[in-house]
This record gives sequence, C-alpha cells and structure tokens, in this order.
Amino acid sequence: MAKKLLLEKAHVEGIRYYDVYRREGGYAAVEKALKMDTGAVVEEVKKSGLRGRGGAGFPAGMKWSFLAKPEGVPRYLVCNADESEPGTFKDRYLMEVLPHLLIEGLIISSYALGSNITYIYIRGEYAWIVAILEQAISEAKENGFLGKNILGSGFDCEIYVQRGAGAYICGEETALIESLEGKRGNPRIKPPFPAVKGLWDCPTVVNNVETIAAVVPIMNMGGEAYSEIGVGRSTGTKLISACGNINKPGVYEIDMTISVEEFIYSEEYCGGIPNGKKLKACIPGGSSVPILPANLLLKTAKGETRYMNYESLSDGGFATGSMMGSGGFIVLDEDQCIVRNTLTLARFYRHESCGQCSPCREGTGWMEKILNKIEYGKGEMSDIDLLWDIQRKIEGNTICPLGDAAAWPVAAAIRHFRDEFEWHINNRELSQTQNYGLAHYADPIHVPEQVNA
Amino acid sequence: MIKFSEDKMKEVQAMIARYPEGKHKSALIPLLHLAQDEFGGWLSAETMDYVATLLQLESIEVYEVATFYSMFNLKPVGKHVFEVCHTGPCMLNGSDKIIEYIKKKLSISVGETTADDLFTLKTVECLGACGYAPMMQLGIHYREHLTEAKVDAIIEECRNKK
Ligand SMILES: Cc1cc2nc3c(=O)[nH]c(=O)nc-3n(C[C@H](O)[C@H](O)[C@H](O)COP(=O)(O)O)c2cc1C
Ligand code: SF4
Ligand code: FES
Repeated sequence: MAKKLLLEKAHVEGIRYYDVYRREGGYAAVEKALKMDTGAVVEEVKKSGLRGRGGAGFPAGMKWSFLAKPEGVPRYLVCNADESEPGTFKDRYLMEVLPHLLIEGLIISSYALGSNITYIYIRGEYAWIVAILEQAISEAKENGFLGKNILGSGFDCEIYVQRGAGAYICGEETALIESLEGKRGNPRIKPPFPAVKGLWDCPTVVNNVETIAAVVPIMNMGGEAYSEIGVGRSTGTKLISACGNINKPGVYEIDMTISVEEFIYSEEYCGGIPNGKKLKACIPGGSSVPILPANLLLKTAKGETRYMNYESLSDGGFATGSMMGSGGFIVLDEDQCIVRNTLTLARFYRHESCGQCSPCREGTGWMEKILNKIEYGKGEMSDIDLLWDIQRKIEGNTICPLGDAAAWPVAAAIRHFRDEFEWHINNRELSQTQNYGLAHYADPIHVPEQVNA
Repeated sequence: MIKFSEDKMKEVQAMIARYPEGKHKSALIPLLHLAQDEFGGWLSAETMDYVATLLQLESIEVYEVATFYSMFNLKPVGKHVFEVCHTGPCMLNGSDKIIEYIKKKLSISVGETTADDLFTLKTVECLGACGYAPMMQLGIHYREHLTEAKVDAIIEECRNKK
C-alpha cells in the first residue's frame, strides 16, 4: 500500500466530526505550530518542498515568504475551493470526508501568514459542502481552535465560507478575489500580485484546498521528513481524481513514485478499462493540460516509463508530454472520438471565458464553431490549420491563463490526432455513425511529425 | 413588494458581519443566492433592486454580478431544475444519451420548462462529479451515476413532491 498522508483516516467512521477527528490525533499539528515562531512554520513548509496542488505547482513555502507585511495592514489567506477544472473532484472529496483536516490546515496556515480572517471560497454548486464545513468550523471554535487567543497563543482567527455562483474563471486567483469582493469574476492584470495587493488591496495568499490540507502532515512529521516522500521535486503525496473509461473512478492518494501504467491498470487504483477495451488516450491533469495518445502516455518519447509525478508527466514538454496540473485524470478508451472530446472542452472554455480579452473571448468561440463543423460532418481540410492558427493566437496573448488553458487542449488534439481530424473531414457521413477507433495511437512510440516548435 | 422575513434578515446581518467594516459588498453573491431561494427560484429586477437597497449598492452593480454567474436565473424556472453536466468526462460516460432521454421523457428541449411549470432542463459545464458520471444537480444535491431508470425514478419523485 502506498503511503497515505491526507486520506489515511478517510474511512474512520465519523471522522467528519470533531470528537472522532480529535481522538484520531487531529489538531495536534495546530498545538505544535502555535508554540512555534511563525517564521519557523513557514520554514517547515519551505523545507517540505510542497508544491501548490491547484494546478500551477508553485512551491507553497516560497509563495508564503513573498507575502508583503506592511505595518498596520491586515493580511489575508484565501482557500481556493472553486474546483471547476473538468476532471477534477479531489477537493470536494477531501472537504466532504475530512473537513477538519482542511480547517486544521487553515488554522496553521493563517497563523503562519498572520491572517486573522480567512475565507474559503467554494464553488456555488457545492452547496451541501458549505454546511459540512460550517459545522466543522463551529466545532473547532467550540473547542478553542478558532476565535480569540487560540490556545493562549495570542493569535485570533475566524474562518468563513464564501459560496461562488457558477463560474470556472473564479478559480483563477485574482478573479476569485474580485468575486469575493462582490464583483464579476474578471481576472486582474498582474502585477501587482496578490501577495502585495490582493483582497481589498491587502497582501493575500491564495492556496488550493489540498495544499492547505498538506500543511497538517508537514507540521506533524516535519518538513524534512515530508520532502523525503515522493521523488525529486515531486515531494509528498498527491490526490488524483480519476474518471472517464476506467473500472474504478474515484479519488486516490498516490506518493508520486508509481508509473502511469500501474495507476491505470492496477487493482489498487483505476482497475483497468471496462469491457476489455483498449486505452486510446488520456488527459492526465485536468482538461487544460495536453491530451496524450496511449503510447506517449505510458512511455516518454525516449521510451522510458512515465511516472505519476510533476517531472515525468511533463517530460517532452508540450511536444510529447503533458502536465500534472490539478490531478484530474481523464481516461479515454478505444471507442471515444477525439474530435467530440475536444469539442466539449472547447465549448467549456467558450462558456467560461470572462470576455475581457479579445483573443480569448473571440478565439474560444471560433474554436468551438469550427470543431462543431468538423464533428457534424461539415468540416474542410483548411479548418484544421485554421484551428491551429487560432489557438496559437490565443496562447500567451491574454490577461489570465484561461486563454492558454483553452488553447492547449485543441493544440494537443491536433498535434497527436491530426489523422483523426482528417478522417472526419474525408468521411463526413461515415463519421456521423462511426468512430475512428484506436488506430495507431497505442502502437509502440509514434512521435508525431508535426511538432510545435 | 418583496421582503425578507425577520429570520432571513438575521441571516443577512450575519452574512454582512463576515467582512471588515465597509466591505459589505462582498455579501452580494451570498445574498443573491438567498434571494433567489426565497423569491421563486429566479432573480427578477424587483428582487435585484431589493438586494441593492439592502447593501446600499446601485442596482447596476447587482445586475452586473447577477448576469455573470451561471447559477443565477434571470428568468423564471420550473419547480425542479435538472442541470445535467455535458462536459468531456461526463460525455465519455454517456451524458448525451441521458440528456436525449430526459428531453424525450419531458417533451422539452434544453433550456425549456414543461407546460405545468414543474420541470426545467438545463445543460451545465463540469460540476466536479466527473468520476460519478453521468450526473446532474437537482436543488442543492447531486444525482450521480444516472441511468434511464434512475431518471424515471427522479421524475417520479419530483412529481410526488408536487
Ligand atoms: C482559469 C483558471 C482556473 C483555476 N481554477 C482553480 C481551481 O478551481 N482551484 C484551484 O485551487 N486553483 C485554480 N487555479 C489556480 C489558481 O489561480 C491558483 O494558482 C491556485 O489557487 C494557487 O493555489 P496553490 O498554489 O495552492 O495551487 C485556476 C487557474 C486558472 C487560470
Ligand atoms: S484570458 Fe479569457 S478568462 Fe482570462 S481574463 Fe482574458 S477573457 Fe477573461
Ligand atoms: S464533467 Fe461532468 S461533472 Fe465533471
């Protein structure tokens, strides 16, 4: 069994409630942290090598040390529970099952950063989880872990849950801050970064739910010990939400040393692909990261085994690799159509674009339209190049990374599955009733010729 | 004239108290949720204007926000709103078929409400339940691993709640 740091107690009956959580050793990390100097807590997180679990993978300790500390100005910690990246449902699981783990992590992190009012910004659809979190918060408060002068440390802290109202873009940290201020979720131009000017123009740290939860085991075991788990710069454990065509969809905690093949096929994790079907492709880190055909997924272009960690998943860059992203692992079997899959994602990004930047607002709309044409038997060969051209014009030319996130899936689909797009266009009628199938996508390493320089 | 009850007003006050002095605009989205739930499941101009007065905002500030977020309904909806996810991962697990089935069962298209005002069908983008697909949101809860039989049962359940 792989090492579990976050979900170890997930199956303990009643762990959602304070008494059980406490009996199982909960809140010991708060007791330990509040006796330490705040700088020492930050130091432990730095030592742990913990990388942000929201998608970008930025080292958490480093982010914390960038927080500006002007005299007399409040600082804020905001927990990002917006979780809207297609394929991602790990934060939801963590909050539903172990709400106190998040609250405990938030208390320690708030202490380290000097945040006396901390907000959890949760996507509006997770309405029932709001109640679970609020219950955990009030239990923590009753037991002296929140409120004034926590454990006699002199540190005051309140945690509030703020519900969003349906907008993927509010997961982007500056859009989230705008939304928390009661506005439309339009991302801000950076700099200034939130660490200097965030919520109500005060220094702010935004961290993902899983990142905050990981602070608890880091405090308990020490940053050094945490950093020894995993491999290289992929330290600790990572939650992966696995979905699509697999036998056992769900949320798994992995220690980042297992291979992608083991993750998909072993009984301990996804349990293989249903109905004896073959693996066609996979989007390993949430819908925004490049899709890979089976052969490039299981092995890198150099023919080495690919592992479930930050470095290995991105081996080969965007030409032949992908990304760990948010850990939303989406598996496609041989019966799936790449054009259709790409279309639903393009529609998603068009729907979620906030509309501030022309390349994103217009480009996402065009990409959806063209993919729609191809999918429904009206495509022309020139459409593929047009799609390629549009995604190139979006990438890097927008205020926030949603533009890139919309461009990458389209780019990767064309890069690796161009022949499937061409087949659709050459077989307009047939493609309405049949799929291209597995083709050569699972053949021993097929490195595409059309590699994006 | 619409108005929150005294109890609801207490909730409103508690919401505003979560933010520092002068930052009450932050209560706008939570308040719009509350207002939508209280006043018929959607946000009429009257409802939005009322929320504006409660927070001492200009009406336009409220309209701006209400129109941005997909959970706010700007026109009336049926008593039970089926919000079926159709993004990639749900599509891989047959959400298209489920949507077709619901359309046939209720004789409405996506975005429409049944003549008896009982059901509205909407498609939505990923709700964070991709591993339990196909799925939909109904009220504050998710209905997951949908099959045609489950859809039948849900429709029955809603009709009985009438
Ligand atoms: C369009 C977009 C959507 C995002 N959605 C989320 C999200 O739902 N949850 C999340 O934690 N981070 C999301 N992020 C990343 C955040 O901007 C931010 O990097 C993250 O919350 C930082 O936390 P971390 O360092 O702990 O990962 C998103 C970013 C973009 C550009
Ligand atoms: S890239 Fe898209 S989502 Fe991001 S700010 Fe620009 S228009 Fe809005
Ligand atoms: S794709 Fe439907 S819930 Fe995520």
